[in-house]
Amino acid sequence: MAADGAGAAPFIQIEGVSKFFGTFPAVRDVSLSIDKGECFALLGASGCGKTTLLRMLAGFEEPTSGSIRIDGQDMTRIPPWERPVHMMFQSYALFPHMSVEKNVGYGLKHEKMTRAQRRDRVAEMLDLVQMSGLGSRKPHQISGGQRQRVALARALARQPKVLLLDEPLAALDKKLREHTQFELMAIQARTGVNFIVVTHDQEEAMTLADRLAVMDKGQVRQVGRPLDVYENPNSRYVAGFLGTVSQFEGRVIRAEGGTVTLSVADFACEISVASPLDTRPGEVLTLALRPEKLRLTRERPEGPNTFPGTVKDLAYFGKDSLYRVILPSGGLISAHAVNARRGAQAPDWDEALWVSFEPGAAILLRD
Amino acid sequence: MRALTGLSQWFDRRGWRDLIIGLPYVWLLVLFLLPFLIVLAMSLATRTPTAPPFGYGGDNPLLNFEGYARLFTDDLYIRSFLTSLMNAGVATLFCLALGYPMALGLTRISAGWRGILLMLVILPFWTSFLLRVYAWMGLMGRNSWFNGLLTDLWNWVTPEAWALGHIPMMQTNFAVVLVMVYTYLPFMILPLYANLERLDRALDEAAMDLGSRPFRVFVDVTLPQSVPGIIAGGLLVFIPAAGELVIPTLVGDAGMPMIGRVISDEFASARDWPMASSVAVVLLILMVGPTILYSRFNARAEGSGPLEAQK
Ligand SMILES: Nc1ncnc2c1ncn2[C@@H]1O[C@H](COP(=O)(O)OP(=O)(O)OP(=O)(O)O)[C@@H](O)[C@H]1O
Ligand SMILES: [Mg+2]
Repeated sequence: MAADGAGAAPFIQIEGVSKFFGTFPAVRDVSLSIDKGECFALLGASGCGKTTLLRMLAGFEEPTSGSIRIDGQDMTRIPPWERPVHMMFQSYALFPHMSVEKNVGYGLKHEKMTRAQRRDRVAEMLDLVQMSGLGSRKPHQISGGQRQRVALARALARQPKVLLLDEPLAALDKKLREHTQFELMAIQARTGVNFIVVTHDQEEAMTLADRLAVMDKGQVRQVGRPLDVYENPNSRYVAGFLGTVSQFEGRVIRAEGGTVTLSVADFACEISVASPLDTRPGEVLTLALRPEKLRLTRERPEGPNTFPGTVKDLAYFGKDSLYRVILPSGGLISAHAVNARRGAQAPDWDEALWVSFEPGAAILLRD
Repeated sequence: MRALTGLSQWFDRRGWRDLIIGLPYVWLLVLFLLPFLIVLAMSLATRTPTAPPFGYGGDNPLLNFEGYARLFTDDLYIRSFLTSLMNAGVATLFCLALGYPMALGLTRISAGWRGILLMLVILPFWTSFLLRVYAWMGLMGRNSWFNGLLTDLWNWVTPEAWALGHIPMMQTNFAVVLVMVYTYLPFMILPLYANLERLDRALDEAAMDLGSRPFRVFVDVTLPQSVPGIIAGGLLVFIPAAGELVIPTLVGDAGMPMIGRVISDEFASARDWPMASSVAVVLLILMVGPTILYSRFNARAEGSGPLEAQK
């Protein structure tokens, strides 16, 4: 779980933090370490405590227990206005009675700067978010996407050590969101500020973050690089939350040399999976299969993990297609196929097929 | 038949809208503009010993501006105008100073308490206004426990040479302001509360997050956004307070009458209706000025109001 830093203490250290609203645990015993300059994503379903955790970092909520250290400094007794942390609010929270410039420059009032320096910084920030020339407008005179960028500029103007972003892109349409994701990454790279991004959009988290934490009901379920969490989820919840999976129950037949052989009621054949799990024969585990890891072929392929099925549903997305294949047992499995060649005869509704996958492609999960 | 369908079509298209928009105008026309024109006409008449004690023409000029001329020459009127403006202004300031923290507090407490406290703000309206003024008269009288308490306090903090047997409160402008503040405070609290309540608390947090302490947050964020509420409350207190009749009559200094008292005296005792009307017209103009300024301000601020920005 510890970040792979150079032995130095992590920049942000959250230790055993819990937050109760009355008797309701919004955040339960969360421990995270975040390195300097990292872009960290908090990911989880609605109501799992992401905003609450962020508000504790910003100082708007006090943890019921546990401690937060930023840059070696204990934050427990530090009020929000003294924390080296700035937040970009989900609603943007721009001051409606101030111009864009005044909004961006608001935090600079508390810095020892001359008027000219202040003006330069504001101009620089507006430039960074490509809002130069709109500085004299009021927040209600600019578009939603522009407001979002002003909010970002305002949060960055005072050069915080940490920038907290609460669902920064939720209000944007898909196209603008993708564009802004890359903008955010570029800004993060240029400023070197720690970003902690809250999102419930798993693709956004995967795009933006160096590392991410998946939260569920106030608890952190897994922390790691997006790739690691995606390829090696540690629980059914994480596997299902990050990307899509088809899950099946299987009983272990034998385990030798990192390969586990299972019998799965839904499949006609024995399944072998490369897994680091320590298993006992007879144990019931969950087999998780990602759609893009499955092969669909008309002829029966050589090799293990091959079983028949019939196309029940297919969705054509242009670049690829999603198939839902019904198995002889009646179970369903999802498979992606890339539409690599134009005019190729892709499998059609009700076609009988063979489904297969590599032993290294499947994931075995215990809980 | 055709006309009827035409009419119903017109109603469907815009009739209801026009009707709804038109109603307030009709109301204003009948209940404000018309009476005002009558008063205006009366102010230009001449006083006569007839049944309605005024008339036009005859030996007198058709339009008589003498009332207005006297307003600016007789210093009774000038002084009473000044007394009114001063008393109303001081009362408004005190209402603001007391009402703002109360309104702000109302937005910050739990919903249960908020309901109870709002009730308490409105509760005094359920007893007769006169009764409440008489209660104050009792409190301010020289033998009341309230006066005694204040007197003791005064004697305790000031040197012996200034010691008083009781504080002369009744028949002073102080009494007028005190009772007006008490009476009109809800008119300040309620619009302020309505204004403060719809402000976005995330803005406070944003300001705090950007390094402002709570007091700075108040000055930079809360206060500027509550200006419309301050003005609305201020007008709701100032305008009726400036024309107040009952309070100055009951507890005020008869030697320094307020303008309401002057109008009432001219109408009733002096039976000089044209003069009373002139005073009333000038008072109205004095009051309408700030109101127009306010609606101007409101129209300008509308676009940048907090509601707009939340979209
Ligand atoms: N002030 C509060 N009082 C009581 N319960 C609260 C309070 N704030 C949040 N909660 C509860 O705590 C839980 C976590 O809330 P939080 O806002 O952190 O969720 P979230 O993960 O940010 O969700 P979303 O993705 O919908 O924004 C929720 O169940 C919520 O109802
Ligand atoms: Mg949230």
